[in-house]
Amino acid sequence: MAKRVAIVGTGQTFHTSHRPDVNGQELINEAVIRALNDADLQMKDIDAIVIGNMDHFEGINYVDCWSVDGSGGTMKPIIKLTTGGTTGCTVAIGGYHLVGSGMFDRVLIIGWEKNSESDTTGAITTAFDPIWDRLVFAGAISGLAAEAQAYMARYGATDRDAARVSVRDRKHALNNPHAHLRREVTLEQVLASPILADPIHLLDVCPRSDGACAVIMASEDVAEKICPQPDWILGTAARHSYSYLGDADYGRLTSMREGSQELWKKAGIREPRKELDVIELYQPYSFGGLIWIEDMGLVGPGEAPRYIWDGNTDMGGELPINPSGGVISCNPIGATGLIRCAEAALQVMGKAEYRQVPDVKLAFSSGFGGCWWTDMILHGRKKPH
Amino acid sequence: MVRPEQLIIASGDAVQPFAYSVGMHGSRFFTEIRDNCRFMAVRCPRCKKVYIPPRAVCGDCFVEMKEWVEVGPQGVIGTFTIIRFAFLDPETGRQKPVPYGYGFIKLDGADTLFQHYISVEEEKRLRIGARVAPVFSRERKGSIRDIEYFKVTD
Repeated sequence: MAKRVAIVGTGQTFHTSHRPDVNGQELINEAVIRALNDADLQMKDIDAIVIGNMDHFEGINYVDCWSVDGSGGTMKPIIKLTTGGTTGCTVAIGGYHLVGSGMFDRVLIIGWEKNSESDTTGAITTAFDPIWDRLVFAGAISGLAAEAQAYMARYGATDRDAARVSVRDRKHALNNPHAHLRREVTLEQVLASPILADPIHLLDVCPRSDGACAVIMASEDVAEKICPQPDWILGTAARHSYSYLGDADYGRLTSMREGSQELWKKAGIREPRKELDVIELYQPYSFGGLIWIEDMGLVGPGEAPRYIWDGNTDMGGELPINPSGGVISCNPIGATGLIRCAEAALQVMGKAEYRQVPDVKLAFSSGFGGCWWTDMILHGRKKPH
Repeated sequence: MVRPEQLIIASGDAVQPFAYSVGMHGSRFFTEIRDNCRFMAVRCPRCKKVYIPPRAVCGDCFVEMKEWVEVGPQGVIGTFTIIRFAFLDPETGRQKPVPYGYGFIKLDGADTLFQHYISVEEEKRLRIGARVAPVFSRERKGSIRDIEYFKVTD
C-alpha cells in the first residue's frame, strides 16, 4: 500500500577538512543523534536504516555492517547504497522508496564521508573504466573542466561568469553554521586564484570535507504527529546517461534535463523558475551553476550568466540557489547530496534560521556524480494529492 | 590538546594487483592499433551511431553491435583541458607529471569522443574544433598507451 512520505527531522555534524577527533562510526553517530533530537524521536522508534558513502574513499567497505553501534542499526533492517557523488541523494531516494512502499513508517537515512583519510582524486579516478578512462583522467576536476570548456565555446560564457556563481555561494555560506568554508571572496580573488585545469580556478571548486548528515523520513500515518510542518516529498528522479566519459554531450547535462522534466511533469510544474522558491543544487564547481540551471529549464540555453549576474539566484532574488553555501562551501562527498536534501527540508519546514528564504512552498534538491549522472528530489509544504 | 599523530593510524604499504577484461570488442580495437595503427569502431544497427571505444551493446537502443567501421586516425578536438594541479596517479602511486593536455577527440567518422593526451607543446593552438592526429609509439603492446598522444595539425 503506497504511502505519502515526509522528512520530519534532520541532523548534520560539524564539517571541516579533518576530523581526527572522531572515527567514522562516531562521526555518523553525531549526525544521527542530532536528527533524532530534531524529530524528538528515540532510536527504538526507527524501523529501518539506509546508509551510504563512497567506500573506496576511506578504504573501508560495508559501512552498513561495521557502523551499527554509531548508526543505531544494531538488529534493525539496514541497507547500504553507494552511487558516487550522488550517494547522499540516492540514500534519500532509497529511504523515500522504503517509506513510500508502506513497509516502514520511520526510516533513518545517513550519508557520510571522511575524505581526509585517503586520496580523493586518486580514488575518484579508480571509479572510471580502467582500460579506457583511467590513463588520462585526473579525478572530478578534469571532466568538469572539459564540460566547462565546451559550454564556454558553445555559448560565449566566460570564467568571470562562473566566478560570479562562486562569489554567491561563498557569501551565502556565511549564514550557515554547518558550512566548512565560511569566507567571502571577490570576483577578482576567484579569477586570480591558480588555474587547476583550464578554465577552472581554485576558488571555482569545492573543498574535501569530513562530515555526516542524517535525515528521518516518516509515512503520512505518523509524519504530522512527529512534526507539525513536515517537508513532503513530491517526487524523485534519477538518470544515468553513459558508461564511458567520451559519450557525454559536453556542455550540457542530459541527465539533469531528463530528470527535472520528469519531476516538473509529476508535480504539474509548468514554469519551474516562477514556481520553485529555493534550490539546493549539488554544484561542485561554479560552471555547473550556469550549465545545469539551463538544463533544469529555469532559463534558456546560454542565458544563465545574465540571470545570475542580475542577482536572481542571490538571497532575496527571484529564486535563491544554495542558501547553505552549497557544495562549494562544504563537501563530505557521501553526505553532500543528503545535505542538499536536508537543507531543502529545513527551508520548507521554516527551520533554516539565518539562511531561511521567506515563505518556501516548493524546494528542489539534487545530487550529481561521475559520468554526468543526476538524482533529484522535489520538496513541498503541502501534503501531495 | 591531543596531537594528530596520536589520533591517526596509517594503513600499510600493501599493493593490490588487479587484472581487467577488455572484452572481445576492446580486444579487436587494441589488436588493430598494435598491428596496423588503425582505429576500429562499431556501428549500431538501429540508430547508426558509431561508437568508440567499441563495445558490444548500444545503450540507447539496447541492441547488440557487430558492424565494424574504421574511423580516424585524424579528428578534431571536441573539448579539452590542461591539467595543472598535482595529484597521485592511482596506477603508479606516484605524482602524475603536470601540466598535460587532456582531450576528447571526435575521430573522423565516429559519433562519440575518444579521450587521450593532447600535446601542450604549443598550448595556444589547443582549441575546440582544432584538427589533431595521433602519434603512435614505435613498439606497440596492445594497450591504450600504444597511442602516445594527439597533436594539433592546423
